[in-house]
Formats: sequence, C-alpha cells, structure tokens
Amino acid sequence: MARKTTQTRKAVVTALAWAIGFLIFFPILWTILMSFKSEGDAIKAPLDMLAAPWSLESYGEVQTRSNYALHFWNSVILSFGSTLLALVIAIPAAWAMAFVPGKRTKDLLMWMLSTKMMPAVGVLVPMYLMFRDLGLLDSRSGLVVVLTLINLPIVIWMLYTYFKEIPGEILEAARMDGASLRSEILYVLTPMAIPGIASTMLLNIILGWNEAFWTLQLTTSDAAPLTQFIASYSSPEGLFYAKLSAASTMAIAPILILGWFSQKQLVRGLTFGAVK
Amino acid sequence: MATAHSRTAARLMVSPAVILLFLWMIVPLGMTIYFSFLRYNLLTPGTSFAGFDNYYYFLTQAAFWDALRNTITLVVGVLLITVFGGIGLALLLDQPMWGQGIVRVMVIAPFFVMPTVSALVWKNMFMNPVNGMFAHIAKGLGLQPYDFLSQAPLASIILIVAWSWLPFSTLILLTALQSLDREQQEAAEMDGASPLARFWYLTIPHLTRSITVVILIQTIFLLSVFAEILVTTNGGPGTASTNLPYLVYAQSLLSFDVGGGSAGGIIAVILANIVAFFLMRMIGKNLEA
Repeated sequence: MARKTTQTRKAVVTALAWAIGFLIFFPILWTILMSFKSEGDAIKAPLDMLAAPWSLESYGEVQTRSNYALHFWNSVILSFGSTLLALVIAIPAAWAMAFVPGKRTKDLLMWMLSTKMMPAVGVLVPMYLMFRDLGLLDSRSGLVVVLTLINLPIVIWMLYTYFKEIPGEILEAARMDGASLRSEILYVLTPMAIPGIASTMLLNIILGWNEAFWTLQLTTSDAAPLTQFIASYSSPEGLFYAKLSAASTMAIAPILILGWFSQKQLVRGLTFGAVK
Repeated sequence: MATAHSRTAARLMVSPAVILLFLWMIVPLGMTIYFSFLRYNLLTPGTSFAGFDNYYYFLTQAAFWDALRNTITLVVGVLLITVFGGIGLALLLDQPMWGQGIVRVMVIAPFFVMPTVSALVWKNMFMNPVNGMFAHIAKGLGLQPYDFLSQAPLASIILIVAWSWLPFSTLILLTALQSLDREQQEAAEMDGASPLARFWYLTIPHLTRSITVVILIQTIFLLSVFAEILVTTNGGPGTASTNLPYLVYAQSLLSFDVGGGSAGGIIAVILANIVAFFLMRMIGKNLEA
C-alpha cells in the first residue's frame, strides 16, 4: 500500500516537473525549431510553422549577409582571452592568499570583491572617453582588458576557495620526503589544483561570452561579439525571425553545452563561495 | 610554514592583481567624480566648473524619479518571481522523480542565454502583437492581441529578466535543500510533525541564508539591467521602462552630456553601495565560519 502511494506520488511529481521544465525551456526550443524554417514560414501561426518544411537556408543567409563567423570568432577571442588573462593574474594571487595567509588576507579578499559591486554605469563615461581617445573603440584588445578586470574578483575568489581545500599537510609530507619547492609545486600542488582552475575557467568563459554591457557600449562592428551582433536585430528593419533564430541558436548552443557541465561551479562562483 | 622569505614571495604574487584592481577602481571612478562637477558636453567645446549643478539637474528632472521608481519596481518584481518561484521549483526538483537530470537541464538553460538573445526572442517570437505566439494564441481564442512592450513595457521586461534569473535562484536553493539534514527530518516525522510544520520549522530556517544570498546577489545584478531594455523598448514609451543605468547611458552617450551623465553614474554607484554594504557583511561573516 505504502509502496503504491509513493509510486503514484512519484508519477505526479514527474508529470508536474516535466511540464514546468518544458514550459521554462520552451522559448529556447521554439527558437531552435524556428531556425530551421524559411523566413516566410517562420511568421505563420505556431502549428502552421511547425508543419512547414524544414530548411537550412537561414543558417547560410546569416553568414552571407553579415559575416556571422567574424562575430562568433570575436566572442571566442573575448571570452577565452579575458579568462586566460584573468587566470594568469589570479592564480599567483589566490595561491599566495590560500597558502601564505597574512593578517590582512581577509580584508584584501573583501576589498577585491567590493570592486565587483561597482555598477558599470558609474564608470561608463570615462571608459568611453578613454577608449575613444586611445582609439580603442571597436577593438578587441581594449575589450579583453575590460572583461578581464570585471571578472578578476570572481576568478580570484573561486580559485581561493578551491585552493583553500587543498590540505596543507600534503605539502609538509612532500617536504619531509625531500621534495624541492619546484617539484612540490609541479607534482603535488598542480595536479590537485587543476580541477578548481578548470571550473573557474569554465564559469568565466560563460560570463565573458554573455557579457552585455561593455560589449554593447564599446563595440560597433569589427570587434562586435555575438551579444552586439544579435542586438542589431532589434531594429524594425532587421525583423527576420528565421535568421534571428538561426543566429541566436548558434550564439547560445556552445554556452548551453558548457553551462550544463558547470552547474555546480556556477553556484559556487556566483555566490562567491557562500553556497557550495 | 610562513617564513619571511615566503611572505615576500606571497606579496609579489598578490601585487599584480591588487594594483590592477586598484587602478580599475580608482581611475575611472575618480574621472567620473571629476566630470560630474564639470559643465561638459561633447557637442560644445570647452568645459567649466559647475559645482553641484549637474547633480541638481539630474536629481530634479522628472526622468530621474521615473527611472528610480522603475529600477526599484524591476528589482523587486524580478526578486518576487525568482525567490518564490525558485523555492517552489527547488522543492519540486528535490522530490524523487523520473528523469530528474533532464528536467534540471531544462530549468537551468535560460541562465546561459545571453541577454540580447533572450530579450529579442521574447520580444519578437512571443510578445510581438502581430506575429508573436501570444498574439496567435489570443487570435485563436477570439481575443484582441495585446501589445506587451508598448502597453506594459516594464512588466514585460520584468518577465523577460525573471525568466533569465529563475534558474539561478532555483539552482542555489536546490543546492541548499540537498544539504538538508535528512535524519532531522525523519526524527521530526516520527515525532508526529506534519509536513507543513516540518517545512516551516526545519526547511525554511535551513534555506534562510541561501535566500538572503540569492536576494543580495541578484539585486547587485538587477540594479544594472541594461541590454534587455536597450533591445526591447529603448527605455520607452517615454520613460515607462527607463531604469537608472539606461538613463545614465541616454544622458551621456545619446545626449552627449558628460557632466550630467557622470552625476547620474555617481548616484547609481551610491545606490549600489548601500546594497553592497549588506552583501559584503553577509559574505564576510561566512568567510569566518
């Protein structure tokens, strides 16, 4: 009897959860479906649109009309570039704070975090004028630096919480066995730190890919990543549903896949280690 | 372990990050403060000292109060949806079911969609009064299609932003739920506590900290919502969906009023700092534990 009620309960919970999950996912699913229709079919009533023949023409047109590949490549450079640059700066810093903590380490960490609290709009004017005067508007290099700086506090924090979990006794054991500092770092610490570094990297690529304040303000065409390119579809003249869908599908697919791998790290990174 | 030698090394390792963040924080912000006291328009040559005129101008224009009200409505609206929705969804996803992994993936997906894409997908494919899905459904039911973004612009933007953030609160609250003490739950059940009593006296207190974290972190991000407004309504009609970041953007880069825009930027910084103050205390407490 008890078993039967749990089974019924499980079935009800399953149905409800699938229904809600489907509803939440629906806009993404719909965009993907629409991207495989022709422009004329895309604006038909929902059921007629579904019944229309499938085609790949939108994907081809997005590329020929606007050099989609360039913007995709810009997104790749900006998100990977800013992540790698941030890691180069953050790994030594997080390392030192985790393994050689001083009296002020905690204050330093809190201060770094506080820089993240500054709203971007508070420095919009000087950043825009500096970029204009230095000829950096619509250049990838300038934007890589900005994205590095805005994500640096999160990178340092995430790495710090991961490094903190590496037990210090292991270092002492290695030292007792006569390991030099170099081999200690190379053979003992690095293998233990790699998972943390990888998750940090993953989360920051996602954040960089989707960043939509500075990318919209500081780029127009040559350096425009996908956020800016997609925004160009907001004008009434650019109202092409199928092409917008194709461009959107390609813009979100890579990051959806990366994101699904990083669910756990996402919680940790975005709450600055407050929820694990 | 920490010798004088390793201390020096540690300082050297930390300093690049500290110097960069310090410059990043102090240089542009200093410039914004400086500009905010200048009469400085990109269309007219020259600048002159303006005292508090820019602040006076920014704070007394009707658009500022609209923007402030819209900013608060946006933050509170999205928080209400995502916190209550997130608690409900997390409780549901925590139950035993078939295909939990797939449901989880579907629920989390919107968080990874870039803001410009989510805003345009909602604007065109769903809310468009002619070709959008809602219009098609309304017509199918014999109703008049509703022009969401011009008749209820702020509510529509709240819906779009809440859709993007619901996964975040759900994920965090689900993570917190999964660390709930099962034995305690079972003990309460054996002592005859009703499901409602267990939820109220065990689950909710356990979630309080995570809910606070969700509220504070989301507030930081929601105070700077920008892309969604830019691609859907451009802050309009009128100022109906203009929030503070959008107003600052419009004033400085569309009207070229560097001084006024800078004053607005400083006001936005002050508002964000009030929230940040509470968030920092919360995270700082956690660091000690």
